[in-house]
Amino acid sequence: MSGTENQMTGAEIVLQALRDNGVEHIFGYPGGAVLPIYDEIHQQDDIQHILVRHEQGAGHMAEGYARSTGKVGVMLVTSGPGATNAVTPLQDALMDSIPLVCISGQVPTSLIGSDAFQECDTVGITRPCTKHNWLVKDVNDLARIIHEAFRVAQSGRPGPVVVDIPKDVQFATGTYTPPSAVPTQKSYQPKKQGDLKKIEEAVELMRNARQPIIYSGGGVINSGPEASHLLRELVELTGFPITSTLMGLGAYPASGKAWLGMLGMHGTYEANMAMHDCDVMVCIGARFDDRITGRLNAFSPNSKKIHIDIDPSSINKNVRVDVPILGDVGTVLEDMVRLWRAASKSADKARLSDWWETITKWRARNSLAYAPNDDVIMPQYAIQRLYELSKDRDTYITTEVGQHQMWAAQFFGFEQPNRWMTSGGLGTMGYGFPAAIGVQVAHPNSLVVDIAGDASIQMCIQEMSCAVQYGLPVKIFILNNQYMGMVRQWQQLLHGNRLSHSYTEAMPDFVKLAEAYGGVGIRCEKPSELDAAIRKMIDTPAPVIFDCRVANLANCFPMIPSGKAHNEMLLPDEATDEAVANAIDAKGRQLV
Amino acid sequence: MNAHLQPTGSAYFIAKETELAETHTLSVLVDNEPGVLARVIGLFSGRGYNIESLTVSETEHEAHLSRITIVTRGTPHVLDQIKNQLERLVPVHRVVDLTVRAGSLGHDRPIERELALVKVHGSGDHRVEALRLADAFRASVIDANIDHFVFEITGKPSKIEQFIAIMKPLGLIEVCRTGIAAMNRGPQGM
Repeated sequence: MSGTENQMTGAEIVLQALRDNGVEHIFGYPGGAVLPIYDEIHQQDDIQHILVRHEQGAGHMAEGYARSTGKVGVMLVTSGPGATNAVTPLQDALMDSIPLVCISGQVPTSLIGSDAFQECDTVGITRPCTKHNWLVKDVNDLARIIHEAFRVAQSGRPGPVVVDIPKDVQFATGTYTPPSAVPTQKSYQPKKQGDLKKIEEAVELMRNARQPIIYSGGGVINSGPEASHLLRELVELTGFPITSTLMGLGAYPASGKAWLGMLGMHGTYEANMAMHDCDVMVCIGARFDDRITGRLNAFSPNSKKIHIDIDPSSINKNVRVDVPILGDVGTVLEDMVRLWRAASKSADKARLSDWWETITKWRARNSLAYAPNDDVIMPQYAIQRLYELSKDRDTYITTEVGQHQMWAAQFFGFEQPNRWMTSGGLGTMGYGFPAAIGVQVAHPNSLVVDIAGDASIQMCIQEMSCAVQYGLPVKIFILNNQYMGMVRQWQQLLHGNRLSHSYTEAMPDFVKLAEAYGGVGIRCEKPSELDAAIRKMIDTPAPVIFDCRVANLANCFPMIPSGKAHNEMLLPDEATDEAVANAIDAKGRQLV
Repeated sequence: MNAHLQPTGSAYFIAKETELAETHTLSVLVDNEPGVLARVIGLFSGRGYNIESLTVSETEHEAHLSRITIVTRGTPHVLDQIKNQLERLVPVHRVVDLTVRAGSLGHDRPIERELALVKVHGSGDHRVEALRLADAFRASVIDANIDHFVFEITGKPSKIEQFIAIMKPLGLIEVCRTGIAAMNRGPQGM
C-alpha cells in the first residue's frame, strides 16, 4: 500500500464513492448496522440524506428520483428488516428497468451466519430481485465495488443493485480507489450499437409498409432525452402512427398528430386495432408484456415485427419477431433515422393514406368516452380537469396502482419524457406517493402530483411525515371511490359480482389525516366545485391530500378481457352489466 | 408462441406448449466469484427451467474463470430463453449451447463424459462376476477388501447407467456421479 493519502475507513469510502459517482441525494433509514455510515453523513454537506418512515418508501423515492432525472437513485438501509423492506422497490425497479443503488448494512463478518440480531442473508434474498449484488468482505474492495455497482445499475438495461456492507468493513481502514482507476468487470460490457445490416433490413421493411405502426416503450425513456427526440423525428419522417406502453408515455407527445394513445388491456380502440391489423410493427424499447399482447396466438397475426431492445432476453421471449435489433434505442434510432433519410428522400406518404383513413374511423369510435355527470365527479373527469389546470405548469405525475392509474394514463396528456412515474411491471400499490417525494426532491420548484386511489395511498401514507419534514409540497390527488376499484372490476368480470373484500369499510378522514401530519387536506364532492379545489391544491405551498370523492362504481374501459385478442375489446358504451358478466365464458371462469 | 390457449378466468393467459422438448448441453463460462453458482441455479429454479445435470469447477486459475456444464430440457424457444437469460447475468462471460454447436459442426452431439464411483458388495460368485464385468466396462478397482469393491468408471452417461444397472443384482451399495463434462469435437474452443 502506497502512502496514506487514500487511506480511509469503510464508511468514509462509501461517502467518497457516492460523491465521485455524482450523488447529491440519498433516501434512507438508520439502524445498528449502518451507524458508521450515518456518522459520516452527519459530518459532511455534499450529499443530502432524506429520512424516510419505512424502507419501502426510500426505494420508491429513489425510483421516482431516478426516473424523473435519468440519474441513479440511491437508498441506504440497515441490515435485516431494513434490507427485507427494500425488496419490494428492488423488484419494482428490476421490472421497470430503473437504475437504483441500494447500500445495506450487514452484521460484522465474524457474525455472518450466526443468526445474529438483525441478520439476514441480504445477498441471498435480493439475488433474484436485483440486476447484480455484492457482499463486501474486504474494505479494500469497497470503492471498486461501489463504482462497479453504479456502472452496472445504469448501463445496458438499467436496474437495481445491492451493495451489502458488514459493520466491521465500515469501521476498517483501507485504500480508496477513484472510479477512473477501477477496471470494469470484463464479463459485463453491454453493446450500444445495433447491427447495421439489421437496421437496413428494418428500414427496407418500413419503406414498403402500407399499414405500419410504431409501438414504443419505457426503453425509449431510459435511453435518455435524445432517444425521445429521435423517436419524434422518426415518426415525423415516416408518417407512421405511434402508440406506446404505459411505461413509454411522454416519449412521443400526446398532442402529436400521429399519436393513437396507449395500447394494451386498457388502451384505446384505435391503438389496439392498429396493432392487430398492421403489416409492419416497429417495437422500440418495449417487451411484449402480457398486458400489451392480449391472447398471444391472436396477437397482430399478419405483421412483420421489428424489435429494438438492449436486452437480448427480451427478444423472442413472448412474441417471435422477424427483425431483432440488439442495441441502445437512442443509438439504433440515430442509425435508423439516418438510413431512412438516405433511402427515401421523397417518402411516398400517399401509400399510407388508406391506413390513416381506417385509423380515423377507429378514432371516431371514441373509445375513452364516458357518461358525464353533473351530480357526482366522474373519475375520468377529475383527471381531465387536473390535466387542464396543470398542463401549463412544470408538472410531474406519479401514480399508485389500479383504476386511477389507468385513467391517468388514458386522460392525462404527457408531452415530455421523464414526467410520468408509475409502477408498470410489478404493479406496486404504494409506489406513487414516495415516488412523488423523490421527484420533488430532484425538482423542488415543480408541481408534483401523485394520482392515487383510496386503497393504494394507505400503503405508504406514513411518508407524509417525510414530506412535511423536508417541506416537499407534494400533492396527493386521491380518486376516492371507497373500493379497490380494479379488484372490484375483476370480481364483477370473473367472479359473479361477489365483491370479496374489495370494499374498505373504515376509511380514514383524509382531510384530518393530512392535518394530523402537518399537511393540508382538501375535500371535493361536486363537479361544480372541482376546478376551484384543484386550483387551491396547486397553489398550496405544502403537502396536500386531496380527497376527490368520485362515482363509486365507475369502471375502467375500454378493456381487453383476458384470453381475448386486440380486436375483441370491450368498449365503454357496450359494457353493460350483462356484457361485463358474459365477457368471459362460464367454462373459462372455472379454470382458475 | 403458437400456443394453444384456453379461455381463462384469470388475469393471465394460460398457454399450452405445443413444441417438443429437447435435451441440450450448455457450457457457461463465468467469473469464479462468491454466489455465481447460486445465481445460475436460482435463475433456473426462478424461471421454471430444468436442470438434469450440473458440473462446475474452476478451469482457468489465473483468470478465476469457472466452466459450468448444464444439461437441461426444454422446447427450442425455452432453450433460447435460458441462453439469453444466462448471458444477462453480470459474471457470465459466455454461454454456448454445445448441442446446437455440435449440429452446426455436422456432429450428432458434443463429447459428453461422466465419472462415477460405484461401491459393490462382492463375495462368492458375485465377486468374480462383478470383476469380470468391470473389466469389460473398463472400470478400474480403486479400493477393495474381501467383501467389497469401489470401481471408478468413466464414459458416456448411457454407459454409466448400464454399468450401474448391471451392478445392482450383484450387490450395489452406493453410487456417486460427477455430472457431465462436455465439449465439442474439432479444433475450435467454446
